[in-house]
Amino acid sequence: MNALLNRALGERNGAIGLAVLAVIIFLIMPLALDIFRLNLVGKYMPYAFAAVGLVMVWGYGGILSLGQGVFFGFGGYCMAMFLKLEASDLTSTAHQTTPGIPDFMDWNQVTQLPLFWQPFHSFAFTVFAIIAVPLLISYVISAAMFKRRVGGVYFSIITQAIAAILTILVVGQQGMTGGINGITDLKTLNGWNINTDSAKYLLFFVNGALLIGVIMVCNLVLSSKLGRLLLALRDKEDRVRFSGYDVANFKIFIFCLGAVISAIGGAMFTLQVGFMSPSIIGIVPSIEMVIFAAIGGRMSLVGAVYGTLIVNYGKTAFSESFPSLWLLFMGAMFIGVVMVFPNGMAGLYQSYLKDRIDLLLSRVRKVKPSDQLKVVKAES
Amino acid sequence: MSRKTHQPSANHRANQEVPLHPRKGLVVALAGALILGVAGTAFGATALAVTDKEVTVGQLHSSTGTMAISETGAIEAEQLAISQINAMGGVLGHKIKVIQEDGASDWPTFAEKAKKLLESDHVAAIFGCWTSASRKAVLPVLERDNGLLYYPTFYEGLEQSKNVVYTGQEATQQVFAGLDWVAKTKHAKTFYLIGSDYIWPRTTMKLARKYIETVLHGTVVGEEYAALGSTEFGSTINKIRLKKPDVIYAAVVGGSNVSWFKQLKAAGITGKSQTLLTLSVTEDEAKGIGGENLLGFYSAMKYFQSLNTPKNKEFVSQFKAKWGPTAPIGDVTQAAYEGPWLWKAAVEKAGSFETDKVVKAEESGTITFDAPEGMVYLEPNHHLKTRLRIGEWRADGQADIVFTSDYIDPNPFPKGY
Amino acid sequence: MDAYSLSDLWSILVMQGFSGLSLFSVLLLMALGLAIIFGQMGVINMAHGEFMTIGAYTIYSFSKLTETYFPTLMPYYFIVAILGAFLIAFLVGYLVEFTLIRHLYKRPLDTLLATWGLSLIMQQLFRSAFGAREVSATLPDWLMGSWKPTPDIDIPLNGIFVMVMSILVTGAVVLFLFRSNWGLKVRATTQNRVMAGAVGINTRKIDRVTFAIGCGIAGVAGACFTTIASTGPTSGSLYIVDTFLVVVFGGSASLFGTVASAFSIAQAQSILTFFLTNAMGKVVTLMTIITILMMRPEGLFRSKVRR
Repeated sequence: MNALLNRALGERNGAIGLAVLAVIIFLIMPLALDIFRLNLVGKYMPYAFAAVGLVMVWGYGGILSLGQGVFFGFGGYCMAMFLKLEASDLTSTAHQTTPGIPDFMDWNQVTQLPLFWQPFHSFAFTVFAIIAVPLLISYVISAAMFKRRVGGVYFSIITQAIAAILTILVVGQQGMTGGINGITDLKTLNGWNINTDSAKYLLFFVNGALLIGVIMVCNLVLSSKLGRLLLALRDKEDRVRFSGYDVANFKIFIFCLGAVISAIGGAMFTLQVGFMSPSIIGIVPSIEMVIFAAIGGRMSLVGAVYGTLIVNYGKTAFSESFPSLWLLFMGAMFIGVVMVFPNGMAGLYQSYLKDRIDLLLSRVRKVKPSDQLKVVKAES
Repeated sequence: MSRKTHQPSANHRANQEVPLHPRKGLVVALAGALILGVAGTAFGATALAVTDKEVTVGQLHSSTGTMAISETGAIEAEQLAISQINAMGGVLGHKIKVIQEDGASDWPTFAEKAKKLLESDHVAAIFGCWTSASRKAVLPVLERDNGLLYYPTFYEGLEQSKNVVYTGQEATQQVFAGLDWVAKTKHAKTFYLIGSDYIWPRTTMKLARKYIETVLHGTVVGEEYAALGSTEFGSTINKIRLKKPDVIYAAVVGGSNVSWFKQLKAAGITGKSQTLLTLSVTEDEAKGIGGENLLGFYSAMKYFQSLNTPKNKEFVSQFKAKWGPTAPIGDVTQAAYEGPWLWKAAVEKAGSFETDKVVKAEESGTITFDAPEGMVYLEPNHHLKTRLRIGEWRADGQADIVFTSDYIDPNPFPKGY
Repeated sequence: MDAYSLSDLWSILVMQGFSGLSLFSVLLLMALGLAIIFGQMGVINMAHGEFMTIGAYTIYSFSKLTETYFPTLMPYYFIVAILGAFLIAFLVGYLVEFTLIRHLYKRPLDTLLATWGLSLIMQQLFRSAFGAREVSATLPDWLMGSWKPTPDIDIPLNGIFVMVMSILVTGAVVLFLFRSNWGLKVRATTQNRVMAGAVGINTRKIDRVTFAIGCGIAGVAGACFTTIASTGPTSGSLYIVDTFLVVVFGGSASLFGTVASAFSIAQAQSILTFFLTNAMGKVVTLMTIITILMMRPEGLFRSKVRR
């Protein structure tokens, strides 16, 4: 059990990183930020799930998915459908032509709840669907692609095409999906008002706990034999194949894992923000998720979280004062992160800060840095 | 988290050293706190940001992204109005200070920025939004934080929030009088309805169809929606040619709008041979479509830049003086200009910036404004009582006003439609 | 459809056939530049839409300049402007390859990110230079309006124009790739970069020119589309989805695949739009594409190059 936990925490270095992250999320942020800023962080944090998923899929799996927003969207929409049904009870929709159905359906002359909405009356089903729907879709996509050995850039643009198509479908079927406006005006979760400050606080903590849980699961995967195979596969796919492994299955697994993680983020996003719309699932947000992961460091799970928070914070801060500069800055970040520091912040930390911090800490500990280096080497 | 790692594990030296972890965490944590602390400027009170001399308002439009094309005019008009109000001495003796935020054509961003304006800047009112989607995203925030929004776009109706003043027309104001006019002057009996595929055109066309069928006793020979962003209208135009409607009734928006009109012209359907009445072309759109492609078609709007009144001429020259001679002024731009003035009137009537009092003043039915389009009356249902005008497009991207209706009461929840 | 006369139906059939072909040429012209860059170099240029916008703004600038300084030349400026669009987009492409792309050939996934960043920067530059509002170039009369072979049939002139342009450009590309010395080198580089280098081909130069030509073609496409669509800072994003679909559906490294894919998507969409509605036509087309992609992920035509 201990060994398992140890692996989940990501050994010694990983555990430190996780602990710092936990302190920042659970202690520093709630203390240092007012409720408005905390809410903002709460809105950014769900994206971190997508970014963590991308670290697994892209950083370790070598598969660049430009459709991560799709799975984020599936999670988000499932949650939104449940909340919307709860918000559309008979009394609050009494003025509609057909009471009891969501308002946007009424506006679109839909008179009956579509069949696929029915099960979303149940919370248990909703939670199940948040995991199952993206799992199914990602399985179908990845199995179709990887079994036929489609990969690389071509896979990326196919995922992007899928993101585009799904957005158009969601926008086009507005009677069932809310169209471009999305599913708005969500109020309660099982009777609990999600728009109050206290609810936001609680959601923030739930969000943080889930995020850390997800990172731990990812650590587990990475430290298993599977994780090592993934790395091998990313670097020399053919050799792994020649060693007798079915490469496709590993890729499918990692892609599905990334999708599910992303979907959890989507569901949390809906709860935090109070609505879901197609502008969150399309091409642009999907690519922005990639930049979150890239800025944080495509090989660092914890880095992805920081990447997400910092890019989003930058977006908010910049666009408050220089909206036009923001686009230039964002563009420069995309270019900079591939040209200058491909390993993102985690890479910068590794190459510039880590040694010094280790040195500093080992002095505190009165252990020679050389000893410690040996330990690290022995571990890896 | 860290406490669990304290449990010694025999084969890992690293774990034996963990008692020091908390301190290590602390170092980094403090650094983190320093960075983040900058962000966390605390606001104690929830009162509005009103000082002795100043009152802060927010402006929330898209200055980047795909909607920047449309929203630029609204931003400019609101700033013009505010600077004029300030030149006159402000509101209740307070100069207006504007905080401009960029919604970036992204609905969650709109919600986030509205929240920031209300909770962090404590603005007294927000002038903003353009699309229905952005308004829908902002609405829960407004209602929760009890903020005020002045929304300038003509829109689908079906909404009336005490926190919003709709300075554009709702659908019934824009649709019925226009259809009456076209039926009467063009003796139109058959209509082809086409719009972009989202809530505003859908609702508008629903109203139009019902009105055509029950009041005008005409026929709708086709009703069609184009995917948002669609640039291909060849097949749709062929269908229209097959049906030969008396009137094409259009509400296509955005980039699609340009394609729609360019392809109509290329297919030989022009103002000479075909009556076309559109709900979605203002002078702003005309600039992108090109006047030569619109020549002879009609728009139904409450305002056109060419309106020949002293008040409007003054407004147009002031606008051009501030924003350059080529800046077009469309219906929404003018409606956005009304926002700050109506707010000023309501605040002065209330004698206070407090939201509840201002809302009460707004609902009193006595707020009016002598706008460029003529007198407008703020009705208790938060919409404006205005006229509807029909403009015939000229090649230079301006419209000749060929019809002006009587005042039309706003009716956001029409019965029987 | 009983109420319509036979001649009515005949003329609609003709016009409908034409509108399918015209959509085909639009899609082909859009996708050609992207397909060349992707097919020959394995690089996906996410800023493709913005290169098209360069072309559109070139037309706008030429139109304004001509209107101000040489009003008598208005009927002819368009031809010069298209060449200008090609040149400007070509030069920008050349520059981009030199500063950005060439460092990333070993990391094709990263070119996606870098060119996406480039597209954001370009959008903002357009906005700063030309304003946030849409603009409209004054088009010569011979480009607008319709040709009437019979009183009932209107064939859009701009449709014919786009069609002619896409035939010309495709022809030029085919000639360039398969009949010129340059093309030989380009193909050699695609098939085996190391070997090509060994026999004395300057592969870096080949890459640069290929990329620039792809961008130049995007510029021409954007220029032509001013006759049928809008010109604004974000206009490129209107095309980018369709462009990608055509290339993906066609299969990666095949020019013929791109042509076939553009043709089938155009016909499907055009016919479906006629019998359903515009939005539904698009939806059904997209659903079909996605289903076919799931069954044939390599696209219609599989690449012959080993990955």
